[in-house]
Amino acid sequence: MANTALAGPDAGLTQAQLAARHGLRVAGERPSLVEYSRRLWAYRHFVAAYANAKLVASYSNAKLGQVWQVLTPLTNAAVYYLIFGLVLAQNSIPNFIAYLTTGLFIFNFTQSAILAGTQSISGNLGLIRALHFPRASLPLAATLTQFQQLLASMVVLIGIVLVTGEPLTLQWLLLPPALVLQAIFNAGVVLLVARMGAKASDLKQVMPFIMRTWMYGSGVLYSVRLFNRLPEWATTLIKFNPMLVYIELARYALLEQAPMLNESLTQLWLVAAAWAVVAGVGGFIYFWRGEQEYGRG
Amino acid sequence: MVEHFTGSDEATQALPTLQARIPTVVVDQAHLVYRVHKGATGGTTPVAALRRLVKRSQAPNVREVHAVKGVSFTAYRGEAIGLIGSNGSGKSTLLRAIAGLLPVDRGAIYTQGQPSLLGVNAALLNDLSGERNVTLGCLAMGMPPAEVARLTPEIIEFSGINQRGDFASLPMRTYSSGMAARLRFSIAAAKKHDVLLIDEALATGDKGFRKRSEQRVRELRESAGTVFLVSHQLSSIRDTCERTIWLESGELRMDGPTDEVIRAYEDFSNGR
Repeated sequence: MANTALAGPDAGLTQAQLAARHGLRVAGERPSLVEYSRRLWAYRHFVAAYANAKLVASYSNAKLGQVWQVLTPLTNAAVYYLIFGLVLAQNSIPNFIAYLTTGLFIFNFTQSAILAGTQSISGNLGLIRALHFPRASLPLAATLTQFQQLLASMVVLIGIVLVTGEPLTLQWLLLPPALVLQAIFNAGVVLLVARMGAKASDLKQVMPFIMRTWMYGSGVLYSVRLFNRLPEWATTLIKFNPMLVYIELARYALLEQAPMLNESLTQLWLVAAAWAVVAGVGGFIYFWRGEQEYGRG
Repeated sequence: MVEHFTGSDEATQALPTLQARIPTVVVDQAHLVYRVHKGATGGTTPVAALRRLVKRSQAPNVREVHAVKGVSFTAYRGEAIGLIGSNGSGKSTLLRAIAGLLPVDRGAIYTQGQPSLLGVNAALLNDLSGERNVTLGCLAMGMPPAEVARLTPEIIEFSGINQRGDFASLPMRTYSSGMAARLRFSIAAAKKHDVLLIDEALATGDKGFRKRSEQRVRELRESAGTVFLVSHQLSSIRDTCERTIWLESGELRMDGPTDEVIRAYEDFSNGR
């Protein structure tokens, strides 16, 4: 019978040797960082399609549909203007409404990206368990969705800024690079919280409080000059707060007389670029190290 | 020549190989243990939650389930293998480990390429239309956009969701469970997989779709892939698989030609 017949080339090998002989890999093995980046690049169409799909899906139950993309930031700005502009009457800042909306929309970009990122793994377990793709696609798609939202709110913002009497200057050209740096920073932070949120679902509950604290520390709602009243170490710390840096860059680009905490523009750009690189690279590596864990358990 | 299969690996490896049989999945003494967080054992009151938080730091409230105990087998290119066994015998756990979604505790699992697991609860985006889900699913499997555009009508046609009017443009949350499962299977079956793992996915479709999907599984197999099928419907295993592995309480009870294993399994089930 079979056992006494001519033995094949695989006869007598252990399972491990058999696997090695035919070039089989351990199931669920993590690819190298370079290989992972290459695969992620091959999935760029998926990232774009998924980001688009999420954007459409988020309004699919609303009657007004995509109009909310513009209405939400407008309503937000109106509420904060009511409280901080009219009720608390901030007169120290020239053109307060433009100052407020710039800070609000820029901060909102990071805030909603992070909140979406926390759930980008834990909320997509079905997809993760069904299909194999570089998991970083999901947090990156979440960032991209928010970036598209940002572009809509930037149209609103530019309208507000122009209507409130700010002139159109060459400095406006500084806005796109600032937004790109912020988007890279966001992608990094989103990758970070995506991995953290994949395991500890409690993070979702804590995140809103962290974001609110961060917002108060970024001078969105009041003059950044107020931070000068703090002890000096605290002021220095806040000067390096990435969100404050990105908001100041946008205000510098769009507004003529906005109060600034950072005096040196060069330093502002350097800090903004440094944060983007540190968060982008760090977040990517941190996320990659957990690649084989997602969807397990 | 049925004896080839019965002894599992030793016998299969010693086959006189006319053309080299290429292994696609090698499972070597795999032990799978998954950890269950028992979670809110004391109810969901804030006090219980607090107690849980405090307790977790002292002793983790986790129970281990030893689902698969030292299973070994080799699957070859072109095979369709049925996995049977009573509920909780470790079939689905084993598939998830082959797909690389669950780490092995001891032993090892080696695979050719990236196996794809197709389960009944593999959810896509429920708020989006079926058509859009097809596009997303195909892109997620790594197809280039041009191919996706070409295949999308075929996939929708195959799934048959448009038989009762234009469902492809409706959100997936409006689908019946059978329709959703059919669409998911159709998406996954559109690509040539090295190893395709199907977990009860065919059970939800109606008779016409089952016929088509069995045909598709055969095609996938012929295009040099390996297919694993977990099902409680022995008839669908009999129709698609020529080899069957029977797992019972995490141990490999039998591995051989489908007819033989199913007969033994039926005797075992009826005998209890």
